[in-house]
Amino acid sequence: MIQFIVHDEDDSVGVVTVEGLNENDTLTGWIMDQDVLIDIKINQDIPIGHKIAIKDLNKDDTVIKYGVDIGRTISQIKVGDHLHVHNVKTKRW
Amino acid sequence: MINLNEKIYGYRRDNNRVGIRNYVLILPVDDISNAACEAVSNNIKGTIALPHPYGRLQFGEDLDLHFRTMIGTGSNPNVAAVIVIGIEPGWTQKIVDGIASTGKPVQGFSIEKNGDIQTIADASKAAYDMVHYATGLQREPCDIGELWVSTKCGESDTTSGFGSNPTVGNAFDKLYEIDSTLLFGETSEVTGGEHLIKERCANDAVAEQFMFMFNRYQDMIERFKTDDLSESQPTKGNIEGGLTTIEEKALGNIQKIGKKCVVDGVLDKAEMPTSKGLWFMDSSSAAAEMVTLCAASGYVAHLFPTGQGNIIGNPILPVIKICANPRTVRTMSEHIDVDVTGLLNRDINLDQAGDMLLESLIHTSNGRMTAAEILGHQEFVLTRLYESA
Repeated sequence: MIQFIVHDEDDSVGVVTVEGLNENDTLTGWIMDQDVLIDIKINQDIPIGHKIAIKDLNKDDTVIKYGVDIGRTISQIKVGDHLHVHNVKTKRW
Repeated sequence: MINLNEKIYGYRRDNNRVGIRNYVLILPVDDISNAACEAVSNNIKGTIALPHPYGRLQFGEDLDLHFRTMIGTGSNPNVAAVIVIGIEPGWTQKIVDGIASTGKPVQGFSIEKNGDIQTIADASKAAYDMVHYATGLQREPCDIGELWVSTKCGESDTTSGFGSNPTVGNAFDKLYEIDSTLLFGETSEVTGGEHLIKERCANDAVAEQFMFMFNRYQDMIERFKTDDLSESQPTKGNIEGGLTTIEEKALGNIQKIGKKCVVDGVLDKAEMPTSKGLWFMDSSSAAAEMVTLCAASGYVAHLFPTGQGNIIGNPILPVIKICANPRTVRTMSEHIDVDVTGLLNRDINLDQAGDMLLESLIHTSNGRMTAAEILGHQEFVLTRLYESA
């Protein structure tokens, strides 16, 4: 059972695709472009559709999804962390 | 594998365009003619009035856009015949003449020197004859490639980028191969992925036109913004659905143009394509505005992927909703035409999802009503460029 999806192995993030996941759950994810599976333990509850970090990121790092820049971190983020508007901002506007 | 050589049954209009609906429109030129249009529509069954808030004291490019949108809406092949009602005869006749160039029946009425009651009586008689005319028309076999198909997504979330948007992209790639006329847009919502669209343009001239439209929209945002647009772009709903930045939203958005389609041309708002292929139209990213512009550009079917569940419809352009979010499909099932949640757990692949959407397009083209049509969604929302004079 897949619980999150990653577009590409070089991406910083995956997306949770099931409901009801809780802190300390270990999830199985599918990396689409390389068609491989990975396991990651999550550090917070993460709602369906929200992102988990699959790489450690420092403050002011670039977040990669679809192999492309989707914004910058505003704090340190660890593998398994919930990654969203509280720790990532746009580089535009 | 779906057979795109099979025929759909549509209405072939005098200008050889194919429609999949057969409306008699009662079209107001301006806000103060809405009441008369709604009265005619109430009198004469089988007609539809399109009330809107504009059409007075507009000028320059904004007025040009108003006329393009009105004329384009009346000219759409999903429309069989049109009554135009305006306060003054001049602008009314301008819209009548524009629609008449398609060859379809169109008649204008102006309220000054007549009053509402006389105008409603005269227009009702004309509308009566138009309903007889329209309901006497028969559907006939047409090629799927003759359908003009547009796309725009709404209330997107991260499942849009994985599921429903690539499903449209897969369908667009297949439609492109049979020489369809396709459209996408949402200028602000490609921010962060504009370089990817530029690379997909057919040649340098098209790429330059695209970047002109993109930069023009960015300049407008820079001029009026008071913050980083958080909660506007992405919307609260997008954020609830897990989208964090405009760049992330844009990269999901542009999955709708598939992997093979080439951007063959660029249109300003409500302009009509002049040849087959995939067109980019400069347009708002707000659903009702964008879909209204698609209808005005002559598109007859619309593919609308959603994540969190946008419920939009249009009065003349059937909107087919595609969704890959299991929570949305569970809680808002009456709004979803094509359920592609199977993509997220690998029950189906993208090729199968694209075929499911094309099958829905064929059924819709043959007359089956979409979720938005059954639920009565008729959002007709005009784009304004600036204040009235």
